[in-house]
Order: sequence, then structure tokens, then C-alpha cells
Amino acid sequence: MTAELASKGRVLVVDDDASLSEMLTIVLRQEGFESRVCARGDEAIEAFREFRPDLVLLDLMLPGKDGIDVCKEIRDESGVPIVMLTAKSDTVDVVVGLESGADDYVVKPFKPKELVARIRARVRRLDAPTHEALTIGDLSIDVAGHSVTRDGQPVNLTPLEFDLLLCLARKPWQVFTREVLLEQVWGYRHSADTRLVNVHVQRLRSKVEHDPENPQIIVTVRGVGYKAGTS
Amino acid sequence: MAEIGALRRGLTFWRRSIQARVVVSTVLLSAVVIAAVGWFLLRQVQEGLVDHRRDAVLAEAANETASANDQLDDFIGVDTDTSRQLEDLFAPLRDAGTARGFQVVLAGPIDAGGPLATQGPRFSPDDLALSSVPDALVVKMSTASKPQWTYTRITTTDEHGERVQGPGIAVASQIVLPADGKTYTLYYLFSLEEAAETQALVTRALLTAGGLLLVLVAILTWLVTRQVVTPVRLARRVAERLAAGELQERLRVTGEDDLARLATSFNQMASSLQKQIRQLEELSRVQRRFVSDVSHELRTPLTTVRMAGDVLHDARVDFDPATARAAELLQGELDRFESLLADLLEISRFDAGAAQLDVEDVNLVDVAHRVVDMTRALADQRGVAVLVQSPDHACLAEADVRRVERIVRNLVTNAIDHAESRDVLVRVEGDDQAAAIAVRDHGVGLAAGESAMVFNRFWRADPARARTSGGTGLGLSISLEDTHLHGGWLQAWGRPGEGAQFRLTLPRRAGQVLRQSPIPLVPEDSQELV
Repeated sequence: MTAELASKGRVLVVDDDASLSEMLTIVLRQEGFESRVCARGDEAIEAFREFRPDLVLLDLMLPGKDGIDVCKEIRDESGVPIVMLTAKSDTVDVVVGLESGADDYVVKPFKPKELVARIRARVRRLDAPTHEALTIGDLSIDVAGHSVTRDGQPVNLTPLEFDLLLCLARKPWQVFTREVLLEQVWGYRHSADTRLVNVHVQRLRSKVEHDPENPQIIVTVRGVGYKAGTS
Repeated sequence: MAEIGALRRGLTFWRRSIQARVVVSTVLLSAVVIAAVGWFLLRQVQEGLVDHRRDAVLAEAANETASANDQLDDFIGVDTDTSRQLEDLFAPLRDAGTARGFQVVLAGPIDAGGPLATQGPRFSPDDLALSSVPDALVVKMSTASKPQWTYTRITTTDEHGERVQGPGIAVASQIVLPADGKTYTLYYLFSLEEAAETQALVTRALLTAGGLLLVLVAILTWLVTRQVVTPVRLARRVAERLAAGELQERLRVTGEDDLARLATSFNQMASSLQKQIRQLEELSRVQRRFVSDVSHELRTPLTTVRMAGDVLHDARVDFDPATARAAELLQGELDRFESLLADLLEISRFDAGAAQLDVEDVNLVDVAHRVVDMTRALADQRGVAVLVQSPDHACLAEADVRRVERIVRNLVTNAIDHAESRDVLVRVEGDDQAAAIAVRDHGVGLAAGESAMVFNRFWRADPARARTSGGTGLGLSISLEDTHLHGGWLQAWGRPGEGAQFRLTLPRRAGQVLRQSPIPLVPEDSQELV
């Protein structure tokens, strides 16, 4: 009967630990996600192309190819949300993972509900879109079409970056603290790692700013957070 | 003030510079020796010169007296005019004196007595002052009959009418004048000017030589000590650099002397230090790597177990009661296992020195409110009210907000755990030097000596006491390590039955040394009992 149930989404699990992968599959199936397992880093991109998942769960330590490299490969092809599974919460690993394109990370050992919450937050954007047209700086945002254009030229953003930009653009008068952004964009109820926000704002700036060193569209408000540029 | 400063600098230089001390002491010692030798030499020269001259003078005087006596013998019975005879006696003596450079005074007759001036003397040359003949000699001659001599100062008047004094010898001898049969005294005044000049010359020469010798000694000592001190100073500089962590720093070895061997030994020491430090660094690196590996290896299976436990826990309504309870226990213990693992890993990170600070300005008032919000569920469950008492201004400290929050959370949950349903007060205070949070409970309190032990790993106040909150026993140890990382203080106060207070003090600026905390360690409501 599960086959008839409309899948909430497709998740590719890239992890070399067979038991964990199987357990993840079980939990994800219970939550209504369809999943496939890939155990090797060098086979991940093939599996990705074949399975066309809505989200990738990616372990950082993989045989064949490093998780960071897999992350970069997938990001080159697609903006599909990537959630890293990491055993290390040390600064460097997490930041390198986020900089290579991961949207979010979960530190092992995680609670299954926590993981599912993270996955839901990343795939919820499949919900019905609203018809809205916004501008931020010299960018125009088509909310329904999930596209951002500058002078008619499309700017290529991942869904997370799109959400982040949208969040700022919807309330240009408001300064968003990192905690608020974590809640609105990532779906965290409790305070989490604010490095997520920092890294993704940097990535977003590198795509939308004319001069990322001197940002005009996403402005830092010292000691508080970020807001949309006034220009 | 300036003089004191200069004096202190001088003293510091004196204390620090071996070179200065060696040079100064050598010069002082040499000066003493040179002075002694010089003084001895001078005495010898003086005695030699004067004695020689005295002997010559005495011989000459005797000679003159003898020839005068010869002359007087010729006068016997020839002439009886006293003044003529005296004149005849004196004239050749005067001529001889003028020719050979001495002065003659003829005085007498001796029974006239009184000072020389009243004895009607004849003398030559005319510019001689009679005071040149010492009174003591005159007195002596009034009784003695043998020739006498003494040192004196000869006073003469030069061509400009000025009186000139010089050292001299006065020799006196007596003659009997045939004319009146009375005894007259002849005083010969010989100048010692020449000897004095020679002596002055020798003195000058000696002084100059001594001075030059001292300068030479100073320069020599300076050079010699420099040869020894320079390598020592180089070694000091290299040692300082080694101490600062530049382990590749070495001394240059030249030659085979003692200093070269010192340099060789020094370098060997540096190499062995470097090796050991490298080994320790390697060990620390291996340790860190091990912790990281263990972390990864343990976490992956734990994740699987955790998920499996969750699945079982969610499905427990379908199980028979025993299995359902087992699933619940599994869930609870997994939580404990997880936090224990996390704490152990954190502790080993501290032990490996791998913990890093990520500092920013943190307002402890915000931290206190956040932590109280976070722990509200636990507090409600225990029926404990957690109150925050904070000033209107922000209490800022440069700190790692994640770690500070962890410390405060630990203190607050600890307090809730031991509060025995009484209120817990979180007090925040800060000034421009430090910021502090004190967490006060009114529970069982701490026995004497326990306030230091609470920070020990796995320490429990009462081993028999139920582990109510399921804490890992590492919370306060981690908090203490976190505090030390900030250069702060974490202290406990407690009294049995009166509760306890834990105080965290952080310096306002990272790296600043703490001097005092804005909150007293012993709470005010208990101070009268101390």
C-alpha cells in the first residue's frame, strides 16, 4: 500500500555504513519519503543523475571520493538541497562542507525527528507557490517561477539561496538576526549554528553582488544581522 | 625623580653587566697597587736624592769650615781687630758660596745669645732672609759645639723684590775667632731646589705612567671580558628565542675553546629540546587524531542504535508491557550515553589542547535570560522558580558565546537539580573590567572542602544519592575548562543546609588578567554567618 501513497519526496542517502543507511531508509519510509542508498563517493554522482532526488543526505567520510568533492560535483549540476551528515562538529569540517555547497548539516548522533525536520524544511518549498513579484536592489524576483533576474538575465541560485534572498526581499525594512533567518529559512525552532547563515550569505553575495567585498544588496548590520540593501 | 630614574638605570646596568663590574673592579684594584708601588718608588727616589745631596752638602760645609779654621790659624797673633778678622773670615766664604751656589751667614759671638737677628750677623748674599736659618738650629748651636744640620726653607728676594721660598739644608758649625777668643757660628744654606725639581719630575712621570697604566688595564679588561661576555650574550639571545618557540635557533660554533664547547653543548641541548617538543607535539596530534577517529567511529553506530531505539519507542504501544518498558529504558539510556560521549569528547579535546575560542562581545544578561528560557521545562518539572536579577546596563565580556552559554546552562541545571524546590537566583553584574554571573540555590549546600572538589571529573556530593537529572558528572569539569580557556574564574561557595553559589567571572577583554569580580563569591544573605 505504501507504493500507492504519494511520496513526499525522493531522498538519496550517500553513506558507507550499511546499517545506518538501512536504518535511514526505514525511518524515511515511515515519514513518507522514497529513498535510495549509495555507499561509495565515486558512484554518488551516477546515482544522483539516475535517481533525480529532491534532497541528498551526504556523509562526509566516504570511500572512493570525499564527501566534500561529491558535494561540489552535485552543486555543479544542480541546486538540489544537500544535508551533510557529519561525525565531527569541529569548526573546519562544517565550514568546509557548507562552503562546498551543502545547505545544512546534522551532527551524528542525531535524533531521527531532528533529521526529518531538517529534510522537511528543505523540501517544503515544493508546496504551492504564490504569485508574487519582488525586487531587491537591481534584481527582480519571480516567486512563482523561482527565478531571479538582473536586466532580464537569469541569476542562477540554489533553492536555499533563493529562499534566503526572498526572506530578506519580502521585508526590506527589517533587520534579520541570524537566529531569525535560521528559523525562517532553515526551519530551526531553537538557536542553532549561526555559521550556516554566515556561509550562505557569503555564497549568495558571491552570486548576486556586483562587488562581494562591498555588498549593496545584502547589507550586514554590525552586531545585529542582515537586511536588504536600500538602493 | 629624574635622578632617581637615572640612578636606578645605572644600578640595573651595574647588576646586569658583568663587563662593567669586571672592568671597574680590575681598575680599582690596579689603581690601589699602582698607587702603592708609585708611593714606594717616590719615597726611594726622594730619599736617594736628598740623602746624596745632604752628604755632599755636609762634606762641603765641613770643608769650608776647615778652610776657614785654617785661615783663622793664620790670623793668630797677627791682628786683633775683631771686625776686620770677621770680614777677612767671611769674604772668602762668601766668594766660595757665590761660586758654588750656597749662602753663608756668620753669627755670633755665641755668648751674646738671643735670636739670630740680634747677634749682628753677616751674611751673603744680601737678598737672603734671616728667617731661612731655623731658630731651632740657632738654639741648638748655642749649646752644641759640633756641626749641626737641619732641613729648612730658604727664603730669598728675587730681582722684582718678591720673596721666593725653596727647600734647603742649613748646616751650622762653630769657629773661634782669635781676635776676641769668642765662638762664632757659621751657617751654610744649601738649596735643595734641584733635588726638589728632580723629585717633581719623577712624581709627574710616575703619575702619568700610572694613569696610562690604568687606562691600559681598563681597555685590556674590557677587551678580554668582551671576548667572554659576547658569546654569553649571544647565547642568551638565542636562549630567549628558543624560549619564544623558535626551536630551530642555534649558536654559531667557531674554534675549539671553552666558549665553542659551551656553544656546542648549548646547541645539543636545543636539539634535544626541539626533539622532545616535536615528540610531544606529535603525541598531541596523534591524540587529537585519535579522539577525532573515535568520535567518528562511535558516532555512526550510535546514530543507527539511536534511530532504531526511536523506531521501537514510537511503536511501543503495540508491544507487550515488558518490551514497551524496555524500549523506554533504551531510549532514556541512549540519551545519557549520547551526552556522556559528547562530554567525554569535549574533555579530551581540552586535554589535547585542541579547544579553540571564538570570541565576540557577549552580553551576559542576554545569556542568563536565554539559559533560563532553555531550562524552564526542567525547572517547571522540579517545581523550581528561576529568577534573574540583572542591572539595566549590558554586562559585556569578550567571550565565546557557545561556551559561556554551556557554562551557565550547566550551573543553572545543577542549581535546579539541587534546589530542593526552592528558588534559584541568577545574578548578573558587570563593570569595565569584568562581567560575572552568580547562580545561587538554597538546597543542601556543600560541605567544607567540597567547593573545590565539585569541579573534579565524575565527582558526586553523595555517592549514595540518586542520580536525579542523569547528568554525566563531567558538566562542571567542562565548565571549568571552558572558563580557563577564557582566562576567567569559576568558583563555588557552599554551606551545608544553606545552599550554594557558583560564580562565573569573565574578563571584559579577552586576554586581560582578572583582578576582582563584580559579584562577591559569598552571597549577601549569608555573609553574617561567615
